[in-house]
Amino acid sequence: MSDAPSRPAGIDPRGPRFVAAVTAVISVVVLLLGTGAAALVTLAVLVAGFALGVARGPAGTWQGWVFRRLVRPRLAPPDELEDPRPPRFAQLVGLAISGAGLLLGLLGAGPAIPVAAALVLVASVLNAAFGLCLGCELYLLGMRLRTRRTGSSGAAA
Amino acid sequence: MSPLARVVLVVVVLGVAALLGQWWRSRNGRFTPVPERVREAAGRPEPPHADRLTPADLGAPLGARATFLQLSSEVCAPCRRTHVVLAALAAERHDVSHVDLDVADRLDLVRRFDVMRTPTVLLLDGSGAVVGRMSGSTDRRQALDALETLPDGSFAG
Repeated sequence: MSDAPSRPAGIDPRGPRFVAAVTAVISVVVLLLGTGAAALVTLAVLVAGFALGVARGPAGTWQGWVFRRLVRPRLAPPDELEDPRPPRFAQLVGLAISGAGLLLGLLGAGPAIPVAAALVLVASVLNAAFGLCLGCELYLLGMRLRTRRTGSSGAAA
Repeated sequence: MSPLARVVLVVVVLGVAALLGQWWRSRNGRFTPVPERVREAAGRPEPPHADRLTPADLGAPLGARATFLQLSSEVCAPCRRTHVVLAALAAERHDVSHVDLDVADRLDLVRRFDVMRTPTVLLLDGSGAVVGRMSGSTDRRQALDALETLPDGSFAG
């Protein structure tokens, strides 16, 4: 009764949390910079990181590279490895929020920049400090909405 | 916005994240029994549309005393941890079983029991009636406490 026949290779669970911690720090910088060009550029750095995370998994981001090169060699080996798909889903959520903020900011809606940074900050603090798994909380809701819209298949109850 | 106001904003956002994190953490694995009134109605000889699951619903036999029905998703690391805890419990006890289903395959159960997050664990008694549920990462102590709530349960640590 154990799960999934095709499970991708596990990753060190501390990696995504380190990535989230760096993301939180950059979000704070964006908030402190306000609504100007400097804030926009810093937000773009966040967006780029998330885009890499979606494309290659959190280990493929530049923060992930820093973790592997500088942090992990100083840590004991992990007790258990983690599936890379949940953190990758979290990167997708981050990309959606920060991408929307960047787009609105480029279109001239300055306040969208700190709003997006604040949302990313909350999510990344929850991930880094509490180990919250955004995928676990949001994925099922998304699936329920999607199947409702396309007309649900299977048993209705 | 003045620099001071930006610093205050950062502090407020961090405070919100901390409160959310505490609240989220306190919910994880907490057992919520089905109210007695509902249970009595479901316990009548022929319950009208009882929250009672059959082996056919599960695709697996029921445990003689209890079944942990776990609903998991692919993008969910706590689901794996909870799986390990519950599978170990079921392996130790001949009258307890553990069934782990993927929400993507069983949206019927997700809707029927109004499951919002993964993992969600429904605790079934020996007849398949749902007596309570837990959601979020669930540890061994919490799972044992949930078993204790079953009538004529004599589960020791």
